[in-house]
Amino acid sequence: MGGSGCGKTTVLRLIGGQLRPQQGQVTVNGEVVHKLNTAGLYRMRRKMGMLFQFGALFTDLTVFENVAFPLREHTNLPNELIRDLVLLKLNAVGLRNAAKLKPSEISGGMARRVAVARAVALDPELIMYDEPFAGLDPISMGVTANLIRTLNDVLGSTSILVSHDVHECFAIADYVYFMSAGKIVAQGTPEELRVSDDPYVKQFVNAAPDGPVPFHYPGKTLADDLGLGALK
Amino acid sequence: MNAALNIVLNVLETIGRYVRESMEHIGFAARSFLTLLRLSPGAFARPSLISEQIHFIGNYSLVIIIVSGLFVGMVLGLQGYITLTPYGAEQKLGQVVALSLVRELGPVVTALLFAGRAGTSLTAQIGLMKAGEQLSAMEMMAINPIQRVLAPRFWAGVIAMPVLATIFSAVGVMGGYLVGVQLIGVDEGAFWSQMQANVDVQKDILNGVLKSFIFGIAVTFTALFQGYHAQPTPEDVSRATTRTVVIASLLVWALDFVLTALMFNN
Repeated sequence: MGGSGCGKTTVLRLIGGQLRPQQGQVTVNGEVVHKLNTAGLYRMRRKMGMLFQFGALFTDLTVFENVAFPLREHTNLPNELIRDLVLLKLNAVGLRNAAKLKPSEISGGMARRVAVARAVALDPELIMYDEPFAGLDPISMGVTANLIRTLNDVLGSTSILVSHDVHECFAIADYVYFMSAGKIVAQGTPEELRVSDDPYVKQFVNAAPDGPVPFHYPGKTLADDLGLGALK
Repeated sequence: MNAALNIVLNVLETIGRYVRESMEHIGFAARSFLTLLRLSPGAFARPSLISEQIHFIGNYSLVIIIVSGLFVGMVLGLQGYITLTPYGAEQKLGQVVALSLVRELGPVVTALLFAGRAGTSLTAQIGLMKAGEQLSAMEMMAINPIQRVLAPRFWAGVIAMPVLATIFSAVGVMGGYLVGVQLIGVDEGAFWSQMQANVDVQKDILNGVLKSFIFGIAVTFTALFQGYHAQPTPEDVSRATTRTVVIASLLVWALDFVLTALMFNN
């Protein structure tokens, strides 16, 4: 968790090997990600699923074909079996009856659920969610949060969820890291963080406008900008 | 003295930077082209992906190619007749129309129209896929977007271009026939026989097809490259679309000069 621009998505991209670290290393399942060659990286990614911030559905494919996409690309399963698997995944996210619709015909919340179904199509060991609650109404948010937790438990996978939605994250997470300016500034279980005295955590959990994360973008003061420097 | 020296140094530095950046850009494009070729066998392993795109790209351009070919042929018929009549050579009209079309106008105009119609569409499509994180999503699914998305479109464009150029030339000949023979009254037998006698299959038609094949490589690669390397913002995707038309058109003219010099220089 952390404010916008603190580096949450960057961490996900480092884990997925979409970015190379300038220093240090990221290890996934015992393998240093940036040292893998293309084949190794793709082999590792086959054990991963990722939900992008706005779903990143293929707009020219139907909901069904979006979920079937990784299955068609990575397996030689017959069409009948792919159909059954896709319908089961869509059923799990409550969108079996929307299988024939195009992404432009469904709501943002539904698109996010389709993207979840696509991310878990190959039953990955690690699932990464990038801001899954962004822009969703409270009902869709609750549905998506429950879905993430349920899928995680059913698949027995590891989930990394990046968000700044305190309520939903604390409701489903086992362990939370707070980030600020590219660094981890606090960590703990949701219960520990709710009663934390850490000023950053308190500001974030209570949605306070000012605190360790300043309200104003760093730079010159207002007095400087107005030519009243002597008065500051 | 020092100020003058500084100006000279600044100018040299600017030129040097521009040359270095241009070389870097050309090198990057060349590397991207080689990567596309290296990953192409994967696309050929699934021919349905390519045929789907040929259908898509071909449909995009077919109407404009047919209409343009018809009018270019009609204009050629009229201008050819006006030019040849003072020399009493109007029987040569069929030869003039056909050679102009199969050697030059067919491949070149088709390539320019293709760049404006299908090329811009490819750039916008790839650019928007990138902006919508669809290509990143594909990469995270362990699917190489160059192999899955770019390579089928590239080969579809390369295959579609000679077909479209052939259609353009054929429709153009019919346009020339309509104006020259049906409207103006040039002898029909002379029109077709002069064409048959003076248009060589290998030297004229196959060289024209070869030209359009090479234009297909240049235009389609330019369109895909611009889309794939556009910044994922609406502004840059629209700029990339414009760059596709400008760069592809200039490439077509430059390549046409070189190819014409190589193919038709006795």
